[in-house]
Amino acid sequence: MEQGADALAAFRTELRDWLGQNCPAEMRDGNAAGSTRDHTCWGGRNWVFESEAQKTWLERCVAKGYTVPTWPVEYGGAGLSREQEKVFLSELARINARLPLQSFGIWMLGPALLHFGTDEQKAHYLPPIARGEVRWCQGYSEPGAGSDLASVQTKCEDNGDHWLVNGQKIWTSYADKADMIFALVRSDRDAPKHLGITFLLIDMNTQGVSTKPIKLISGVSPFCETLFENVIVPKADSTGMSCVVGTINRGWDVAKHLLTHERTMISGTGSDIGSSRSLGSVLTDDAGGELDTTLRAAAMKAEVDALAIGLTIERYKDMAESGQGVGHASAMLKYVGTELNKDRYELMMNAGGSDALEWDGGFGDRPADWLRTKANSIEGGTSEVMLGIVSRRVLGLPG
Amino acid sequence: MAKLVRTEEETMLADMARGFLDEKAPVTHLRAMRDAGKTHDAALWKDMAEMGWAGILVPESAGGSDMGHAAAGVLAEEMGKTLVSSPFLSSSVIAATALRQVSDDRAGQALSAIATGGLSYALAVDERNKFDPDATAMPAKREGNGFRLNGRKTFVVDGGFADRLLVLARTDDGMTLFDIPADRDGVTRGAQSMIDSRDAARVDFNDVQATGDDVIGSVDEAMAVLRPALEAGQAALAAEMSGLAAGAFGMTVGYLKERRQFGVPIGSFQALQHRAADLWCETEVTASAIAYAGRKLDEDPGNATLAVSLAKARATETAKTAVIEGVQMHGGIGMTDEFDMGFYMKRARTGAEWLGDYGYHAGIVAKLRGF
Repeated sequence: MEQGADALAAFRTELRDWLGQNCPAEMRDGNAAGSTRDHTCWGGRNWVFESEAQKTWLERCVAKGYTVPTWPVEYGGAGLSREQEKVFLSELARINARLPLQSFGIWMLGPALLHFGTDEQKAHYLPPIARGEVRWCQGYSEPGAGSDLASVQTKCEDNGDHWLVNGQKIWTSYADKADMIFALVRSDRDAPKHLGITFLLIDMNTQGVSTKPIKLISGVSPFCETLFENVIVPKADSTGMSCVVGTINRGWDVAKHLLTHERTMISGTGSDIGSSRSLGSVLTDDAGGELDTTLRAAAMKAEVDALAIGLTIERYKDMAESGQGVGHASAMLKYVGTELNKDRYELMMNAGGSDALEWDGGFGDRPADWLRTKANSIEGGTSEVMLGIVSRRVLGLPG
Repeated sequence: MAKLVRTEEETMLADMARGFLDEKAPVTHLRAMRDAGKTHDAALWKDMAEMGWAGILVPESAGGSDMGHAAAGVLAEEMGKTLVSSPFLSSSVIAATALRQVSDDRAGQALSAIATGGLSYALAVDERNKFDPDATAMPAKREGNGFRLNGRKTFVVDGGFADRLLVLARTDDGMTLFDIPADRDGVTRGAQSMIDSRDAARVDFNDVQATGDDVIGSVDEAMAVLRPALEAGQAALAAEMSGLAAGAFGMTVGYLKERRQFGVPIGSFQALQHRAADLWCETEVTASAIAYAGRKLDEDPGNATLAVSLAKARATETAKTAVIEGVQMHGGIGMTDEFDMGFYMKRARTGAEWLGDYGYHAGIVAKLRGF
């Protein structure tokens, strides 16, 4: 049920006070999470805080459960409703505050564990994610399994008290900085491809795990190749915790669930209903004056679409909250959101003209960010894969 | 803000509307009217009024059901799916909203009459080929205690049969909205044959006299009354066009599954699958803008302009894509008059122009977003 407006207003007031007292000034710099030179804290055993303020901000938020505001309190969250979460995010945006923490543990593994994990696994894995102590990466794609993800071949053999893992993952974001990896591995080679996959949790410090960053067209290396050579994964770790999420050979169910989160996250990249600056204002500044008619017309369309897509993300959250099936909506959201984001960056580069062509010039990371957006419609399932999902699962078209 | 999903009441309203309209006003009904040279079916409108639809924005005190703009949008969307032709938008949405802005007895009586379906209105704003109320030039000159109107209004939707006209005219210090009977001396209505087979008249005003009683709201302050009415109409029209897009899209997906070429259903071809999927995504995104506009008009009507223009812009574009793709994916049969897709295409084009085209509304969005 929706909370009363009064209760929400009270929550906002209380939160505003708390933020006023607890969010350090240096953390109110409008840093954009996900940009090329993102300054958000990602946490993990090897994290080096860029400043005392970053550390303080994380610790204060951890104490309140604000790193994962909607997770249950027992797992390190604040147990906020979605209405409260909206208030939380809008109050952060109001003072240009950074998120205290982001990670694939928060976006991806956490929601999957909350859905598929045992109570023991939740209690074991979730609080360190919430506290920013353990940083996770995602081992999905392989050289031979991109769009056809279910054909992953990384071998996982049952050797009695442990699994023996051999294979290669690719596009593993920040594998070189991660403590743990959640990986899709082939545990039954004879079963149909969707029914022989296991969702396995592996410590990156294990002997035989190695990573190699891949330099991208944007000049940075957020992605890695990750190799597994005779990696021994104990069936139960030193605390007796199982490293398999869900059922053995049914990891595809977990993977699909997690992908819907990933797609919904990615879809939100470029859209924003009313709270931030419009694309047209950004472009006008970038162009150093009036926009030419072609650019202005394109900016108007992009603005209309961005607002409508932002509302669509809201509407689907409302539907999910009202218990209505949202089906394969994440594929739709991912497709429209990422295609729009690519368009937005094309327009920004256009508005900046030759000034925006300089690496580290007056436009800072703009060229790198522009190049980075080209991956938006590839990662997490290509636009074509998304359209295929809509076509078959929503429209029921044959084949 | 209430959620962007339909309430149980709204879902029931939609189901009820669908049942009624499938029986009484499928596309074949529009086709029959066109073939008979008719633009208005009084019996159908009477039935719709008996369902409470004509008074959906009329206060209960005046005999209406007062369900609000989101609910009006639900009805408009269902009407759009089968291209229902009725005075719903002109009378029950636009005129009713304008009349609600004032609280005199005459407005109350007019609202009561709208709710029964016994009184119909048409909106006379346009003077050239594009919607631009601020550029209204037609003068209403002061004369004694009254006014004298001279000029021409175009694209007066439902103007051929409406009982009364809402006329926007230029007065000494602004614009004024007049509410006058369509048969007043000096009013000449020339029904135009429009591509979508609906009524849109050209109306000439030749020394038409009006008194202060004919003014809705205050002299020189038309927009105080008209803006809410226009926004209500734009939002409902957007909902209708969203329904139109859904109707055309439903036919197209059905055809993709049923039509066989090269020995297989054409819907198994990826080239067509991806276009259909893209179109579905567009319709879903547009549906969100429509839902938001309805909620804003109900809950925060003073600040609904952005939401309404967003809805009308998106609906215009989506309906256009839906009918273009609809004809293309149907192939030759989509080009035939015997098949219904052409009706959808023509209505989409008319809807695109009525109450502001894509550029008009995208321009408002841009302006409100600071560029």
